[in-house]
Amino acid sequence: MTDLDGFRSETRAWLEANCPAEMREPMRSEADACWGGRNWTFQSDAQRQWLEAMAERGWTVPDWPKDYGGGGLSAAEARVLKEEMQRIGARPPLTSFGISMLGPALLKFGTEEQKKHYLGQIARGEIRWCQGYSEPGAGSDLAGLQTKAEDKGDHWLVNGQKVWTSYADKADWIFCLVRTSTDSKQGGISFLLFDMETPGVSTKPILLISGSSPFCETFFDDVKVPKEQIVGEVNKGWDVAKYLLGHEREMIAGMGLGTGGSSVTLGPITKPADPLLRAEIAAFDVDALAFAAMSERFAAMWKAGEAHPASPSMMKYAGTELNKRRNELMMAAGGSDALEWENGSTPRSWLRSKGNSIEGGTSEIQLNIVAKHILRLPGT
Amino acid sequence: MSLLTDDQKMLQETAASFLAEEGSIAKQLRHWREIGCKDGFGHGLWKQFAELGMTGICIPESHGGLGLGATEATLVLEEIGRNLTPSPFLTTAVAGVRALEGTAHADRWFPGILSGEVVLALAIEEGPRHSPEHTALEAKRQGNGFVLNGKKQFVVQGGSADMIVAAARTSGSPGDREGITLFAVPKEASGLTVDSQALVDSSKAARLKLANVELDADAVIGEIDGGWQPLSRALAAGSAGAAAELVGVASGASAITLDYLRQRKQFGKLIGEFQALQHRAAHLYSEIEIARAAAFKAAQSLDTNDESAELHVSVAKAKAADVANLSVREGVQMHGGIGMTDEHDIGLFMKREAVLGELFGDVYFHRNRVAELSGY
Repeated sequence: MTDLDGFRSETRAWLEANCPAEMREPMRSEADACWGGRNWTFQSDAQRQWLEAMAERGWTVPDWPKDYGGGGLSAAEARVLKEEMQRIGARPPLTSFGISMLGPALLKFGTEEQKKHYLGQIARGEIRWCQGYSEPGAGSDLAGLQTKAEDKGDHWLVNGQKVWTSYADKADWIFCLVRTSTDSKQGGISFLLFDMETPGVSTKPILLISGSSPFCETFFDDVKVPKEQIVGEVNKGWDVAKYLLGHEREMIAGMGLGTGGSSVTLGPITKPADPLLRAEIAAFDVDALAFAAMSERFAAMWKAGEAHPASPSMMKYAGTELNKRRNELMMAAGGSDALEWENGSTPRSWLRSKGNSIEGGTSEIQLNIVAKHILRLPGT
Repeated sequence: MSLLTDDQKMLQETAASFLAEEGSIAKQLRHWREIGCKDGFGHGLWKQFAELGMTGICIPESHGGLGLGATEATLVLEEIGRNLTPSPFLTTAVAGVRALEGTAHADRWFPGILSGEVVLALAIEEGPRHSPEHTALEAKRQGNGFVLNGKKQFVVQGGSADMIVAAARTSGSPGDREGITLFAVPKEASGLTVDSQALVDSSKAARLKLANVELDADAVIGEIDGGWQPLSRALAAGSAGAAAELVGVASGASAITLDYLRQRKQFGKLIGEFQALQHRAAHLYSEIEIARAAAFKAAQSLDTNDESAELHVSVAKAKAADVANLSVREGVQMHGGIGMTDEHDIGLFMKREAVLGELFGDVYFHRNRVAELSGY
């Protein structure tokens, strides 16, 4: 028996003993996710127990170093843990932008003090983060952002507005791109962290076509941010921002694989009787399974450092376009059942999926990035 | 999915440099086409494949081969596809070897494949569309052997083959997997007519007529009535291999198209500066990466005897054919007028894609298999 086999059997036994039955039920929707944070109300005791048990082992972030609240697992061990969780259908103990976005950026760009302070809170689900990137005048052209942070000696004074801030109304802290210089577009941006309860911060949810409000407008009016709450150097925030966007795109690309325990392929769940619809669904299933293979390959290459640095853009593009197609076909297969709004998740999911190829950089922006950085086409 | 090992990377580099040099379009495809070669490929190159050990990739070490698998075959086939190299590699060294593996015919034919002297062909199709279950070629018992009557078509390199692996029906009806038997038919068999035709891509495929072809019982490959087992093994390896070759075709066509976008000027600009073309090129890149991943997944699942291997093979063949088709269509269109000329290579990629797309089942065949294997 190899060490990895030993790790697998220990992990299996531990999960059997510690993952509550309720946390092995498939998630019905995004609402079943555990986001954590200062104001979090657990859906059930099981949800709380599961988070606490996993956080204690550092397994909410299995491959982060132990010093920062992680599990210190090797890539191979982390994969075993993931497989063993999948085997019993265990839900993720914690869903968090801290884990998927800010954490990796702090690990790379944060000071030792910042890592010790923030990463542990993220790992334990104590602080819920939101992302202050887009602005009314800076969408695809993100580096055109205008939210201003003035150096006031002992603090930064932040004024401006963000938009499409995911769950800003529920978040405890924000990681935020601000303009600290107007001399250079990308070279005048800094990356700040601050508490959403700081005086001068306010949020307003945006109602989407899907009927939900996952995004907010966020306003900053003379917000004072302590000087040390900057990640990376002043005016070098764009490097941090881009690195973090790579992780965000990786996460969004995962949507091509289906969400919340639903299958990658559509045929087995829709059982299409119409031969023309069956043909379209079969064509989709081929693309979905091929993309699943790509995701496996991408993950292995990314970990081994063999992937092109711009490849998350390709994954984000392909995964989100696939997810939109999945939802179109779910609507077609559902017929008039799929139109019912009050208790219907299909039409809401269909409408929500339209945002996948917009948020985190539109499909068109991803194609620009691939054309420029991977294909090296001229003039871009 | 595991990444390539160091040995696999070395094989990939060897195949890439060998085929770019010796298997190039100018040295092989155009050369044989221009001199009107009856085989459509060069036996000299096939010998060089043998000297590098590549004809023995799938042959077990106990028979003197390398004893490697579908993954290694994939690496070689992608380079064959990229260079449009005419070669019996896929049908002989991959699908053919898998059909004979573990049967008494391995001893007879593997040495010649290892030395690059033997070419095999597979006679499966009886109509214009791939449908192996519908094998109808009649094989009746006679004395100690069999007598075969019927027709075959799309027998790739049938005119050059030393031996043809033919699927025939010994019991049951067309549509049944049971009752199919594989036979080793020697090229000199009496009653066998081989009508070799050039296909659209200048490769050769034969129509066969079998009129009272008498074979001994030991011509049976595997079990009587149980030919589906070696046949499906050969088809899986062949389909996964064709998928890899299609990825190479897609990749080769896209590489020369990208070069063109970086060189051709119109309106005082390089045409690669136009976003309308950049986005299509970037989309194509993404699709080719996905098709390559699907081809690796299929090969790895064959190598590990994964229970879903058949599904992954059909996904790979359907996806790779679809993407290669996109790549050659975009390639010709983006080249403009020059892409329509025989002198330019891009059109050769379009022709090769058409043949490989059909071989071992087209996009529609494999999408349908994915649906069936998924239970709908």
